Amino acid sequence: MFESLKGFGVTFGTMFKKVVTEEYPEVKKVTAPRFHGRHQLNRHPDGLEKCVGCELCAWACPADAIFVEGGDNTEEARYSPGERYGMDYQINYLRCIGCGLCIEACPTRSLTMTNEYELADDNRQDLIFTKEDLLAPLLPGMEQPPHPMRLGNNETDYYVNGPQLAKEAGQ
Amino acid sequence: MGLEEKLPNGILLTSVEKLVNWTRKSSLWPATFGLACCAIEMMTTGGPRYDLARFGMEVFRASPRQADLMIVAGRVTNKMAPVLRQIYDQMPEPRWVLAMGVCASSGGMFNNYAVVQGVDHVVPVDMYLPGCPPRPEMLMDAILKIHAKIMDEPLNAVRAKALADSGYRTDLIPSSERFARKK
Repeated sequence: MFESLKGFGVTFGTMFKKVVTEEYPEVKKVTAPRFHGRHQLNRHPDGLEKCVGCELCAWACPADAIFVEGGDNTEEARYSPGERYGMDYQINYLRCIGCGLCIEACPTRSLTMTNEYELADDNRQDLIFTKEDLLAPLLPGMEQPPHPMRLGNNETDYYVNGPQLAKEAGQ
Repeated sequence: MGLEEKLPNGILLTSVEKLVNWTRKSSLWPATFGLACCAIEMMTTGGPRYDLARFGMEVFRASPRQADLMIVAGRVTNKMAPVLRQIYDQMPEPRWVLAMGVCASSGGMFNNYAVVQGVDHVVPVDMYLPGCPPRPEMLMDAILKIHAKIMDEPLNAVRAKALADSGYRTDLIPSSERFARKK
């Protein structure tokens, strides 16, 4: 008889314990800093794209979720320092398993992952993210490409001491 | 479906439609269709930490005739596809389908002969949820987006035609924005 009362005692005692439930839709859950969320294509400090269209991310992808088509930079239309840029860039989020192998493969740290996770949608077309959806927003001091290289004369300046040059240019 | 299908448009007001949709979305009972690792996240979402009962859907129905929403969690093999279709056919209308995870949505990384390349080959899908597996917050976000879609459902054929002609699409706002506490 006392055993059953003991059982109810556990239930009763729970009322005074701290509530473990997350208040998700009202309060957005802050993920771990290295959570693998939506991708982002980063920019150099002057707004030029970091992606060089090498397709290493597409080769690394185990689910074939990434499609890249590189293009040639010209002096009239320059999107990234150096010769090549990613002309077309698509990630199919209905294939992407968030493993992060593309991030490891990226030689210019162009592709990184954000902590954004609210991606559900009601059709398959909108879940193929194109370059416009993936590119990082323009921060103050950045300029929408195409534009000439502002921070240096060649891509070596960008890769070796880009942030430093950006700091000098800002002063 | 019932009486409301035969009524002319003028009798049922939009507020009645809203009331019906509100009742439908407030007690949406999911039919479990856990097939793989996504099902573990789905079970967690029903547990105390994430607590789906806040949205009136704590009862995961094993019986399809009592369910409204089928959460397809995991990869669907070609052998499982007829079973999936039968469960769907046994559910009473109105019914909704949520493809949880990349495997259910498009086949994911299993691009091979054994796996159905997306459950929309078998049943109509209302919401695609990417992630491998999606975290419980992502599932709750998808469910709340389905709630938003249910709130915009037309009640009968006349209303459905009017809605289709207007080209209206439910705005799918991320849940943490839509339900954010006002400061």
